[in-house]
Amino acid sequence: MIQIQQLSKKYKGAENYSVQNLDLVVEDQEIFGLLGPNGAGKTTLISMLSFLLKPTSGSFTINNLSFKENKKELKQLIGIVPQEYALYPTLTAYENLYYFGSMYGLKGKVLKDSIHSHLETLGLSRFADKKIDTFSGGMKRRINLIASILHNPKVLFLDEPTVGVDVQSKNVIIDHLKQLNANGTTIIYTSHHLNEAENLCTRVAIIDQGTIITKGVPSDLIAAQENARNLEDVFLALTGKALRDHA
Amino acid sequence: MHKLLASAYKEALLLSRDIGGLAILFIMPLVLVITITLIQNNTFKTINDTKIPVLLVDNDQGQIAEHISEGLAASNSFEIIESLSEEEAREAVFKGKYQLAIVIPENLSADLQKKVTTNVEGILAQFGLEEETSPTSTEDQNFQKEVRLYFDPATQVSFKSSVKNGIDKMISQIETQSIYKAFQEQIGEEDNAIFETNSFITFKEIIPTKDNKEIIPNATQHNVPAWTLFAIFFIIVPLSINMVKEKTQGTFVRLRTNPVGYGTVLGGKTVVYLGVCLIQFTLMLLLGVYVFPHLGLPQLDVSGKLPLLFVVAIFAGLAAIGLGLLLGTLAKTQEQSAPFGATFVVILAAMGGVWVPVFIMPKFMQLLSTISPMNWGLNGFYDVFLRNGSLLDILPEIGLLFLFFVATTLISIVYNERKNTV
Repeated sequence: MIQIQQLSKKYKGAENYSVQNLDLVVEDQEIFGLLGPNGAGKTTLISMLSFLLKPTSGSFTINNLSFKENKKELKQLIGIVPQEYALYPTLTAYENLYYFGSMYGLKGKVLKDSIHSHLETLGLSRFADKKIDTFSGGMKRRINLIASILHNPKVLFLDEPTVGVDVQSKNVIIDHLKQLNANGTTIIYTSHHLNEAENLCTRVAIIDQGTIITKGVPSDLIAAQENARNLEDVFLALTGKALRDHA
Repeated sequence: MHKLLASAYKEALLLSRDIGGLAILFIMPLVLVITITLIQNNTFKTINDTKIPVLLVDNDQGQIAEHISEGLAASNSFEIIESLSEEEAREAVFKGKYQLAIVIPENLSADLQKKVTTNVEGILAQFGLEEETSPTSTEDQNFQKEVRLYFDPATQVSFKSSVKNGIDKMISQIETQSIYKAFQEQIGEEDNAIFETNSFITFKEIIPTKDNKEIIPNATQHNVPAWTLFAIFFIIVPLSINMVKEKTQGTFVRLRTNPVGYGTVLGGKTVVYLGVCLIQFTLMLLLGVYVFPHLGLPQLDVSGKLPLLFVVAIFAGLAAIGLGLLLGTLAKTQEQSAPFGATFVVILAAMGGVWVPVFIMPKFMQLLSTISPMNWGLNGFYDVFLRNGSLLDILPEIGLLFLFFVATTLISIVYNERKNTV
């Protein structure tokens, strides 16, 4: 379980908080979607939960372990799939995965089996020995995902894991996430693909200007919103149609 | 330990995939050492072989001009070309057609003889040995003659100094001999030499010996350690670029979420780049020992010194890597790390005495050079190569190099902790 209490982040020199006094509980084995327009605070929230950003205030626990005192243990429990391809372009898929798996303390047969199993599931076995810089966007996304789940994390954070990929790759990724979830991994995921979130997530939260404006089961949110046929209608109704450009 | 080894393995793979980078790391230092050694070794040889043309304007037509001309010709370094006028010689030199013109003033030999004779007569009169001393005018006593030297403005200062010193020495010799000759004439012993005019004081360079054999340092012994060190320190450029790339590629972000310390990440890089430094060093030694003789250069003598040389190379490599790690940690872009790294190495080399010996630097720079890791490394190599130093002798230098590595690595870790750790 993830418990977030009064979590806030204000960047140096910024006028406003990117995340402000955010409270949230994500139960075990949920697939929780964080939705929101650009600059809403989704990535900032995930970055704080995955130890990339220091919160300005507030706290959180994962599996009852506080982020302040149990950093090392928590890093072993979580996996993060960053928005960018966090891979070495001149290394092969296998070499990348071997390295990142080793950083989680995996070695020997366990590591090799984990790599081969995930490559197989995500349809990349025959590309194991190809360099990443020869991969398509969809293939890179899949390797990016595998690099974060080799150690079977209890909690997986995904920041827009399907952005810029073809439908086939997206399908494989989503299926794999469902499989991971079925095997006991709690998933917190941000996306701009609202249909995808509606189908994948057990619950979602819509964030805007650093605070949660609504949260719940997608079907409940749709039902609760007047004239809403899907999550996108709910989203637009709550966040408005104005552009959210930031610089 | 597994994480450290995996990090080192990854670094080795990354390097092995960068053929251009490897070429720069291993080939460029070899080219650098060959070029510098060829240039430095052949500096004097070239002068002897090719002879520098020197314009001589002889307005004296006497003994001094003859002596200078003979002296320059005897040095085998100069080809004397008679020039008609000072104006013509000056123009030719200032236009860069010649590097040097020597103008001997009119009546120099005669006037010198006159002045010496006057002085000798005066001295002898003081002792009552000269009965009739001819009166000497004040003008005669105070006149000075100057030999004018014109140098091409592009001429190196060191060349100018050595020419000036050489001519000064020749003139001094003539003056001394003239004085002796004048005394002899005044005493009336013109036919029988009563003075020994050869130099009484001579000098001999005492060279360090080992096993009763003189060890004479040559250009190779000087250049290989100096420029090897320069190449070793250049590793900060690819190393810092490697680290900046990790930031821009996003792999560093992933590593920050992994349960691995920054020290381990840096450790992996240290292991591999230290290996690179040692390979560089080995190639340099092989070059000095086996290739230099085929290029007409003196062979590098490493007999009995290899273990200590590698000790110095390891610690110099560590110091360079520490600097690279710090630069890679601080820099955000390759545009920051690459030019800064390259320029900084050149500054460290200059400060460290790679180009100009520390002892001829201004006091302030001499003080600064003592804090240059390149200077510690260079002294370590010279201790082994040229001074036959033992491990005990190089201990201060390698100690400083190691401390520098520890300090820079610790600063990198602390900076990263403060900047990036939640």
